[in-house]
Amino acid sequence: MEVLGHLFEGILIALEPVNLGLAIIGVIIGLFVGAMPGLGSVNGVAILLPFTFVIQGFTGGATSPMIFLASIYYGAMYGGAISSITLGIPGASTAVATTFDGRPLAMKGQAHVALMAAALASFIGATISNILFTGFAPLLASVALNFGNPEIFALMLLAFATFAGLGGDDFPKTIFSICFGLALSAVGFDIISGEPRLIFFDIQGFSHGIRFLVLAIGIYGIGEMLWTINTSRYGSSMSNVEVNFASIVYALKQFKGAWKGTLIGSFIGFFVGILPAAGATPGSLMAYGVTKMTSRDPSKYGKGVVDGVAAPEAANNSASTGAMLPMMTLGIPGSPTTAVLLAGMVIWGLQPGPLLFTNQPDFVWPLIGSFYISNFVAVAVNIMFIPIFLWMLRMPFTILAPTIFVLSLVGTYAAYLDMFDVWLMVLVGFGGFFMRILDYPVAPAVLAIVLGPIAEPTLRQTLLQYETFTIFFTRPIAGPITICAVILIFLPAIQLILRKMRSKA
Amino acid sequence: MRRAEIVTAFILGIFSIYLMWKSGDPPAWNPSIPRFANIGFDETGTPGSGFWPFWLGFIMLICTIWIGINWVLKRSPQSVSEEPFLDDFGKKMFLTVGGGLIGFLVMIHLAGFYGAIFLFMVYYLKFLGRHTWFLTLTISTSLPIVSFFFFDVAMRIVLPKGYLEPLFIPLYDIFL
Repeated sequence: MEVLGHLFEGILIALEPVNLGLAIIGVIIGLFVGAMPGLGSVNGVAILLPFTFVIQGFTGGATSPMIFLASIYYGAMYGGAISSITLGIPGASTAVATTFDGRPLAMKGQAHVALMAAALASFIGATISNILFTGFAPLLASVALNFGNPEIFALMLLAFATFAGLGGDDFPKTIFSICFGLALSAVGFDIISGEPRLIFFDIQGFSHGIRFLVLAIGIYGIGEMLWTINTSRYGSSMSNVEVNFASIVYALKQFKGAWKGTLIGSFIGFFVGILPAAGATPGSLMAYGVTKMTSRDPSKYGKGVVDGVAAPEAANNSASTGAMLPMMTLGIPGSPTTAVLLAGMVIWGLQPGPLLFTNQPDFVWPLIGSFYISNFVAVAVNIMFIPIFLWMLRMPFTILAPTIFVLSLVGTYAAYLDMFDVWLMVLVGFGGFFMRILDYPVAPAVLAIVLGPIAEPTLRQTLLQYETFTIFFTRPIAGPITICAVILIFLPAIQLILRKMRSKA
Repeated sequence: MRRAEIVTAFILGIFSIYLMWKSGDPPAWNPSIPRFANIGFDETGTPGSGFWPFWLGFIMLICTIWIGINWVLKRSPQSVSEEPFLDDFGKKMFLTVGGGLIGFLVMIHLAGFYGAIFLFMVYYLKFLGRHTWFLTLTISTSLPIVSFFFFDVAMRIVLPKGYLEPLFIPLYDIFL
């Protein structure tokens, strides 16, 4: 009851006109930044961090600036789905999984269904996550605190194993894609020994590593567009979408079939989100994988299933709240964006950590209250803007395609201010186009590129600490996760053998 | 498609071997260390810097051999496909659109982002899209202007201007 009392007071403070106004502005900025290829929540929060000093000077506390930045974070999580669905390009890595079924739905003229499913699943995911955050914060924080390197690597392995099912029937191509992505993520300086490695052809641009956005925008912005032009022949298959009351009602009815994915995504997203160094991207990818694997007909996934949109969207929103938990209770950021938020809290004079809840309740509870308010604002703004997003689809492809190319090139440069990255992004796009034609699955490679920088150090540190691979099977938490991962890796082979045995019989 | 499948597998196999080779590079500050000394465990039990990429490259090589075996045995859809890798439309599209993108990149170095955006949009909208001059010039002009106000002015991300830099100096005075 004490928690509810604090929460009620916090919501009242979050509803004050200044804080509510900042939440609305933050959500709109976040939606735009999240939807823009090349810019994600971390870019928006980082770029606007200096502006919060103006807000702090005006309001005199740290609560309003934090509400502003947290609202951008929320808005960006919703916004990432918009470009994933309408353009086929994830606005940020957190929305990669949304493209898998969101894009096919849009191509079938069901963009409004995908957008509504994304908005509603995001709302439900964030709401469930907010409730979990409010009620079970101390318990969940202690669980996350117990995760060491073996547990985190086991979780990464489980993510890869879960994803192996997305590569279709061609197992070697799927495994190749995963290893290819992991290898690309290893380019640059080795963070443990400090040695430069994989500097291909001694080109110095590789020394800072191959950045995720370069690969993601190359694959999804250039490669995907070329593939779409090649297959659609500049056709207008995306333009036959009608937005009216009946279509919205239809979209809502379609969402009834997405409850399972939404719930799976909400809980997986929160759980993965609270893990330090994990976050919304692996959460959304895992949620998609689990929803697909537990489906009665996994073959439908990737071709336009509402559940395939709902699961990752619920997960990434849920994870965004989950990632706040270790940041606020332990002082450990759960994602790059929360790392920037953490830096902001320190700059504003707060001390993130276990004592924050007891020493700064006038900061913590209005912030938690603003999570609920921002969530309502985000879903309302998002749904109101759906007709505008669909308008983007009505453009002739000969206008849309060059616009996306321009956004991809400008977005890549704006992220890192490096022309080498822009050249590399275009070349990666050409490579992605050819791989797509030959049916090499790109999704596992994208997952691997994101998780590689987490997987490698945790594996090496585990081996350094325990000097044996068996530790992944013997630790109480890592063991079951690793065993599940091994079973999942061999599942396609087991299914193939069973299929052959059945056909022979 | 069948030939493209095996050629691609071969190229990726070569890349995998190159990846394994590069993983074993000795550090630049101590070239006397033998190649591949870093792909295992050192005396303290720590996996070396080449451990992770070397074994990934090895698995990739195994996968390309596996893809090759599937090709020989005609077990994958691409290995039995009689469709061309790229038909006439695909080849023309890749040359015009891909070539346009390379031209765009080159123009960024000369005319900056905003000049290159204008030229690329004119090329694409008028010559590939066959839109009217009015629509072409409206979009081609408005996109660099919107980009300038968003990136340079609002976000303070200054994009390269190339040889057009002097034209932007009055705008900097007004907006920045």
